[in-house]
Amino acid sequence: MTTPVLSARDLAVAFSVGGEEIAAVHRVDFDLHAGEVLAIVGESGSGKSVTSLAVLGLLPRNATVTGSIVADGTELVGASERTFASIRGDRIAMIFQDPSNALDPVFTIGYQIQEMLRRHDPKQSREDRRARAIELLAMVELPEPEERLDSFPHQLSGGQAQRVMIAMALACDPEVLIADEPTTALDVTVQREILDVLRRMRERTSAAILLITHDMGVVADIADRVVVMRRGRVEETADVRSLFSAPRAEYTRALLAAVPRIGAEARVSTADGAERPVLEIEDLVVEYRNRRRRHIRAVEGVSLAIRAGEMVALVGESGSGKSTIGKSVLGLAPVEEGRIVVDGVELGNASREAIRTVKKRIGVVFQNPTAALDPRRTIGQSIGEPVRVHDGVKGRALAARVTELLEAVELPASWSGRYPHELSGGQRQRVAIARAVALDPLLLIADEPTSALDVSVQATVLDLLRRLQERFRFACLFISHDLAVVDALCDRVVVLHRGSIVEEGERRRVLTDPEHEYTRRLLAAAPVPDPDEQARRRAEALAG
Amino acid sequence: MIRFLGRRAFELVVVFVGVTFIIYVMVFTLPGDPIAALGGDRPLPEAVQEQLRAQYHLDEPVWLQYLRYVGGLFVGDLGTGFDGRAVGDRMAARWPVTITLALTAWAIEVVVGVVLGLVTGLRSGGFVDRTVLVGTILATSIPVFVLGVTAQLVFGLQLGWFPIAGTSAGWPSAYLLPAIVIALFGLASVTRLMRGSVVDTMRSDFVRTLTAKGMPRRNIVGVHVMRNSVAPVLTFLAIDLGYLLGGTVVIEAIFNLPGIGQLLFDAIKTHEGPTVVGVATALILIFLATSVLVDLVNSLLDPRIRHE
Repeated sequence: MTTPVLSARDLAVAFSVGGEEIAAVHRVDFDLHAGEVLAIVGESGSGKSVTSLAVLGLLPRNATVTGSIVADGTELVGASERTFASIRGDRIAMIFQDPSNALDPVFTIGYQIQEMLRRHDPKQSREDRRARAIELLAMVELPEPEERLDSFPHQLSGGQAQRVMIAMALACDPEVLIADEPTTALDVTVQREILDVLRRMRERTSAAILLITHDMGVVADIADRVVVMRRGRVEETADVRSLFSAPRAEYTRALLAAVPRIGAEARVSTADGAERPVLEIEDLVVEYRNRRRRHIRAVEGVSLAIRAGEMVALVGESGSGKSTIGKSVLGLAPVEEGRIVVDGVELGNASREAIRTVKKRIGVVFQNPTAALDPRRTIGQSIGEPVRVHDGVKGRALAARVTELLEAVELPASWSGRYPHELSGGQRQRVAIARAVALDPLLLIADEPTSALDVSVQATVLDLLRRLQERFRFACLFISHDLAVVDALCDRVVVLHRGSIVEEGERRRVLTDPEHEYTRRLLAAAPVPDPDEQARRRAEALAG
Repeated sequence: MIRFLGRRAFELVVVFVGVTFIIYVMVFTLPGDPIAALGGDRPLPEAVQEQLRAQYHLDEPVWLQYLRYVGGLFVGDLGTGFDGRAVGDRMAARWPVTITLALTAWAIEVVVGVVLGLVTGLRSGGFVDRTVLVGTILATSIPVFVLGVTAQLVFGLQLGWFPIAGTSAGWPSAYLLPAIVIALFGLASVTRLMRGSVVDTMRSDFVRTLTAKGMPRRNIVGVHVMRNSVAPVLTFLAIDLGYLLGGTVVIEAIFNLPGIGQLLFDAIKTHEGPTVVGVATALILIFLATSVLVDLVNSLLDPRIRHE
């Protein structure tokens, strides 16, 4: 076997926080060979990002790295700034998760690519550098590369910015490209494009890719070999096919089982067809004004209805208007036209008192539970607040209600005195859900409630939502970008594209036999956690 | 860009008219009668007072006086003081002193503040950072007149490095000490603003990208971090320049500098409306001009503002 272009032995990273050493990575070994894609997968806290940052010496100053990382004969652990300076960007390049923030906002992308070229090859002429920058942008399939040189990062979409990042990373023909969650902040169709770019880049150059990701679908799509990490340790290293077909580690099996897949079995819906809908939206139009007073239509004539006990999914990519519809129901978006009726009360038209009464019965759960909970209140206070404010319940009765709610979301009642920072992300989202169901809602609006959570945690939160719905029989508007999650949870699916509904129908019908082209594209773009299936899809895409 | 400037120009006119009118009305509705006070202990004859009132248009309604005044501004007439001298001339004699003082102080703030802010921002939590933090708290908590008088005593009298009063020694020695004293307050703010801004910028994703690109630290800090960090500091500096030009009354008194601050103070004491409004108007104009300039510079530094 050839010598690896990058190898780590006994790699350990510890952070000193307040005089205490906290180990983040223990004894990690891996080898990366030329032309190979090695994926490091794991959930949050697994140490996968820390490992990748250690390679280029990008960890904060309070980190201690021990063991060995060798890149092409050079030891990088404990290397001097001078050594790193000659390696960073030149032999090992890196791209990051959030491309919109990864570029300096005040310089053009042309400047940012060319400064890197100048840094690593000062003798190159100005014209050559410019030509090379255009060539690089063309290589990552950015349209009109020459004009794009003068663009600023804020003029690019997330996908375009990530292409620029890849172009920049490739500028000096590195031997290794480290990609830290390169598609996590992007929509699925854009993710697909970026993965295609990476794949073609690998075919064209001999660069090896170290891919850091939490997404098993992405792993199945592009990786050759996989390192599974958990709590700073390597659980398993395997080639991609055997990892998915015969996972050795217990943890890998659990992780794979937790990944939602389209094709969930039939379920009995709790919806009751005879009742009048809890939520009716008719011809909703929402318009935002930007600072130049131009109107931007976020929602364009959307109508939908949800009955008690029914879970309806609003799916779409960013900018599709799915969150705006949820906000409109909450009165948080500028509704231009149309009607929103909750439990027979028209929100734009009814008396203030009637609206207040009905709004009490609308629960809401947002994506980020950390931001949605007051950090200075105990979780008991947060959960009890709606009960106290709307129903005037106090003292022992309030405490009893909080206990009941904590138990409903499967958290110990004794935790009511804890603060949000003492809880994990999944536990915090349970608290947010408990607060949302505190007033026995008729309607629950859940806006990407599991998108910020790890897959294993996501599975348990989805289970919880399903059980709560069986118990409380609320109507639920479930907003999500993830079709597999929707399949696991919802009864009906509404697909949005640029503010309009392109398709709606029963969950299985829409997700297995879509009628609209856009739905088909969405389904095809989401990578499935199965390397053979992904290979088949790719072959199909090439043929078709 | 043209649209942006047009909008700013319109805002400028609105603020200018609004503020000058308010000051005009305020000065002319101050209690006491300036004409009656001109005579001191011996009241002027009623007829003379009437005649003076007519001469200064004080018998007309305030809005008409204001229109007359604004009309005069357009032809460069800032009005006439009760001593018969044109307000424009009186100000012209005083401005150079104040402008010299303010610009010296401002330059100290810019250079020292930005450098200290950058150094402490790059080494936040370190020894230098903590020392400077204590220093800035100290500087902002001591009143200007205490600092001024102490500086006079120590550097002027005991050490004899600077003259203690007057402008006869010329720039820089006559201006340096008072400039340092008034700069200290703003200097503390500039340092801390710059420090915070640098700390935030250093944490941003693009700095990590630059490091991963292999860019040398000197380049990252000097080119990228600086340009991304100065915007809030610039905004403060513009406001502070206005403050320095108008707020030097105390320091001018302590160091006996015949500047605009002293003129304004005397004019308020004697109810000399045209002088008060003239000085205030000039200050407002400077204020507005610097704020437009800052917007312009900021929009040049940050394309996101330009393309808004």
